[in-house]
Amino acid sequence: MKIGIPKETYSGEKRVATTPDVVGQLLQLGFSVAVESGAGAEAKFADQAYVDAGAEIVETSVVWSDSNIILKVRAPSDAEVEKLHQGQTLISFIWPAQNDELMQKLADKKVTVMAMDAVPRISRAQKLDALSSMANIAGYRAVVEASNHFGRFFTGQITAAGKVPPAKVMIIGAGVAGLAAIGAATSMGAIVRAFDTRPEVKEQVESMGAEFLELDYEEEEQGGTQGGYAKQMSQAFIDAEMALFREQAKDVDIIITTALIPGKPAPKLILADMVESMKDGSVIVDLAAEQGGNCELTQPGEVAVKHGVTIIGHMDLPSRLSTQSSQLYSTNLRHLLADLTPEKDGQIVVDMDDDVVRSSTVIHQGEITWPPPPISVTAAPPKAAVAPEPVIETKDPRAEAKRKAVTTMSVLAVTVLALFAVGRVAPPEFMSHLIVFVLAVFVGWQVIWNVTPALHTPLMSVTNAISGIIVIGALLQVGSSSWLVVFLAAIAVLIASINIAGGFLVTQRMLGMFRREEDN
Amino acid sequence: MSGIVSAAYIAASILFILSLGGLSHQETARRGNLYGIIGMAIAILATIFSDKVSGYAVLIIMMLIGGTLGTIVARRVEMTEMPELVAILHSFVGLAAVLVGFASYLDPNAHYEGVEKTIHEVEIYLGIFIGAVTFTGSVVAFGKLKGLISSKPLMLPARHWINLAIVLVCVWLGKVFLGADSTAGGFFALFVMTLLAFVFGAHLVMAIGGADMPVVISMLNSYSGWAAAATGFMLSNDLLIVTGALVGSSGAILSYIMCRAMNRKFLSVISGGFGTTASSDAEAAEQGEVTQILAEETAELLKDAKEVIIVPGYGMAVAHAQHPVSELTQKLRANGTNVRFAIHPVAGRMPGHMNVLLAEARVPYDIVLEMDEVNDDFPETDVAIVIGANDIVNPSALENPNSPIAGMPVLEVWKAKICIVSKRSMATGYAGVENPLFFKENTRMLFGDAKDSVETVLKSL
Repeated sequence: MKIGIPKETYSGEKRVATTPDVVGQLLQLGFSVAVESGAGAEAKFADQAYVDAGAEIVETSVVWSDSNIILKVRAPSDAEVEKLHQGQTLISFIWPAQNDELMQKLADKKVTVMAMDAVPRISRAQKLDALSSMANIAGYRAVVEASNHFGRFFTGQITAAGKVPPAKVMIIGAGVAGLAAIGAATSMGAIVRAFDTRPEVKEQVESMGAEFLELDYEEEEQGGTQGGYAKQMSQAFIDAEMALFREQAKDVDIIITTALIPGKPAPKLILADMVESMKDGSVIVDLAAEQGGNCELTQPGEVAVKHGVTIIGHMDLPSRLSTQSSQLYSTNLRHLLADLTPEKDGQIVVDMDDDVVRSSTVIHQGEITWPPPPISVTAAPPKAAVAPEPVIETKDPRAEAKRKAVTTMSVLAVTVLALFAVGRVAPPEFMSHLIVFVLAVFVGWQVIWNVTPALHTPLMSVTNAISGIIVIGALLQVGSSSWLVVFLAAIAVLIASINIAGGFLVTQRMLGMFRREEDN
Repeated sequence: MSGIVSAAYIAASILFILSLGGLSHQETARRGNLYGIIGMAIAILATIFSDKVSGYAVLIIMMLIGGTLGTIVARRVEMTEMPELVAILHSFVGLAAVLVGFASYLDPNAHYEGVEKTIHEVEIYLGIFIGAVTFTGSVVAFGKLKGLISSKPLMLPARHWINLAIVLVCVWLGKVFLGADSTAGGFFALFVMTLLAFVFGAHLVMAIGGADMPVVISMLNSYSGWAAAATGFMLSNDLLIVTGALVGSSGAILSYIMCRAMNRKFLSVISGGFGTTASSDAEAAEQGEVTQILAEETAELLKDAKEVIIVPGYGMAVAHAQHPVSELTQKLRANGTNVRFAIHPVAGRMPGHMNVLLAEARVPYDIVLEMDEVNDDFPETDVAIVIGANDIVNPSALENPNSPIAGMPVLEVWKAKICIVSKRSMATGYAGVENPLFFKENTRMLFGDAKDSVETVLKSL
C-alpha cells in the first residue's frame, strides 16, 4: 500500500506527519511512501532527505489521489476532505467530539479514519500516544516561551554585581505537559512548585525536583483518574484550590497552567484579581488556551499584557518546536502502522477486536464508530496491590536492643551450664580441646564478619582448601598395621589433597582477576 | 619432637586466621591466600616428619595424585562453574571425614578405656554422621547446579517426618554402637548409620530449590567445617579443631547473611521449597501490558544516558554474558557514561558469585557495588539494566505485604528513569511470584538470550 504525506495547510502549522528517518522504517514494513513537495520544509526536513530515505516526491493532487493511506497532523480542512476518495484511510488528529460536521463529511466520503487523539490511555498504547508526545513538547516550550518574556534569570546567582534571586515558577496540572514543564524549569534553575488535583502524582512531582503544593482540604472522593485524565472537582475543593492559587500568585513570578478536563472547556483557575496581584513583569503561560484557557484574561492565540503581567495564549506550542514534534509524532504514527501490519507486508488490517485499534478508529469504511465502548483495562495494577502499608514494622529500638540482650544472655547461660555439665564427667584432655574449639569458633565469628561480600566466593574456596587440613588425620593413620585402615586413609589423603591444591589454586586464580581501575 | 609439631600447629592456626582475615579487602586478599598456603604447608610437613607418621610411599603417591588432580581442576574450571566446584570440594571434605572416622574406629593401635572410650566413640559417631551428610548433600547440590538433577525442590509427602525418623534411628543406632562390646558389633551400627546419613544428606538438599543454593552452599561449607572439627576431637588434634571451627563459623555466617538477604528464616530454607504458604493466586491476576524494546533502541538509550546501573543475576551466568557485559561497560565508560554494577547478596548460585564473574570479565571491582551502597542512587540513574535477575528486583517485596517474598530487601531498579530488563521469556523467577516490575511504565523488556541481546546492543553502539 502507498502512504501519502501531504503538506499541512493550516496556517502557521509547521509540523509534518513523517520524517525521513521514519520513511525508512515504513519501507521496512512493506509500504511505499509519497511525500508532497515541501511537506517537511517548515520542520527542517528537505525534500532531498526524503528522497534519500527512499520516498518519492510528488505534487499535491497526486498525494491525495494515489495514496491508500494519508498521514496528517492536523484534522483535514474542508478542501482536503474533498480530495479523499472511497477506500482510503486517513490517520491524523481529528477531535471527533468537537468536530461533528467534519466527522459527517468524512463518513460521507466512505473512508476509514483513525484519530491519534482517540488512542486509549493504556500501557500498551503508550508508544502511540501522540497527545502525550505533544504535551511533553508543549510543556517544555511553555517554559522557553515564559523565559523569553521574563526579564530575569531563572537561576539564582551571586555575582560581583550583586545577588540575583531565583525565579519562582508555579505549575498547575502535573500531567505530561506539567511534568515536562517542571523538568525544563528546574533544569534552568528556577524554584518550582506544582499543583494537581490527583494526590497520587505527588511522588512524580517531587522526583522531578519540584515542591508539591497540597490543599488544606479533604474530599471523600479524592482526585482520581478516569481513563488517565483528571476529572472535575467539587465546589468546596475548588474553593480551597482558589485560595491556594490566590496566595501563590502574590509570591511566584511565572505561572504555567496545564489543566484540562476532557470534552469540557478548560477550568478557570487564575482569575483576574490573581493576575492583578502578581508582580509586574510576571508571566503566565496558558497551555489550555485552545479550550478557552485556565486564566480568565487569556486571549487564545495571542500574547497579551494585562496589569503588567504577560499572558501567553499560544495554541501552537508543539508546532513552534516543529522538528522535535514531527519526529515524535511520526514515530507514534509508525508504531500505529506497525501494529496495523502484523505481517509487515504493507497491507493494513483494521482489527476492530483490538482495544487500541477499536478506540482509535473513529470512522470505519464510512461508518461512524465513535465514541468507542469503554476499556476497562487501566494502567494501574489492582487496588489491593497498591495498599502502601509500611512493610517494615517500626519497632521500638530500645525494646529491640533489650530483647537481643536477653537472647544473648540466655544463650550464654545455657552454654555455660552445658559446659559445666560436660566438665563434670569429661576427662581434662577433652575439656582442653573444647576450650580450643570454642575459642576458634569465636575467632572465626569475629574474623569472617569483616570479609567483604564481593569476596564471598574466594572465601568459600579458601575455606574449602583449609578444611583439607583433615588430611592430617589421614596422614596419622596411613602407617597403620591394618590394611583396611591404610586403604581408607589413603583415599582420604587423596581427596583431601585434591581439596588443598584445588582450593588454594582456584582462589589464587580468582583473586588474580579482581582488579581496580588503575590496574587495567 | 612433639613440641615442634605443636609449635608448627600453632603457627598454622594463626596463618589460617590471618588468611581469612586477609579476605576483608581486595588489596590484602592475595596475601591472605598465601598465608593459607604457607600454613597448610607447615602443618603437613610438620605432621609428615613427626614420629607418628610412617607409610611414606602410599602417602606421597596419594598426595601427588590428589595434588595433580586438584591443580588440573583449578586451572580448567570456568568461573561460571565455581558453585559446582565449591560444592564438589565440600563433598570431598565430608567423604574424607567419613573415611578418617572409620579408619580411626578400626585402628587396632588405639586403646581407650572408660569415659575416654565413650567420648572417643561419640566423636567418631558424630564426625561420621556430619561427614556423611555433607558428602551426599554436596553431591546432590553439585548435581543440581550442574543440571544433572532437576533444580526444582523435591517435595516428598511426609518429608519432615522422614527426616525426623532418620535422625531418631541414628540416635538409637548410636546407643547400640556405644553399647557394643566388640568392634564388629559396633561396626555394623556405624555402617548402617552412615548409609542413613547419606540418605538424609541427599534428601535434605533435594528438597531445596535452585535459587536457595547460596544458602545451601554456605550451609554445606559450614558442615564441612564441623566435620573437620569433629575429626579433630576424635584424633585429639587441636589444629583440626581450630580449622574446622573457623570454616564452620565462616559457613554459618555466610548462611546467615544469605538468609537475611532473602528475609527468610534459615530453618524455612532448609526445610525446603518456598514454603507451603506460597499460594500466589492473588498475584496471578493480569497486571497490564509489558513494553518491549529492541537491542538497537536500547543502544540509543544507553548512548544518551549519563548514569547507568547494571544489575546482574543468575541468568547472566547461565548465558555466559559477563564478557559482552564487560565490553559494554568499557564502551559506555569510554563514552563518558558512569556505569556501575549493583550486586544483590543472593544473586547467582553462591555468595559472591557475580563478583567473581565480573572480575573474570575484567570489570574493575571498584565499580561493582553492594546493594546497600547503591540502592539510594537509582532515582538519579538514567538507565538501569537488569540482566537475568528476577526476584531480587521484584517491587512486590516492598509493596505487597501478602507476597511470598514480602520484606526481602531488593534492588529498587524501578526508581531509575528507564529500566531495561533482559530476559528470555515472561516466566516467573524462582519464587514463582509475578514480578510487577515488568509491567511498570518505565520498564522496557529486552527479550532474548542475555548474551545475544548484549552483543547486539554492543554492535549498535
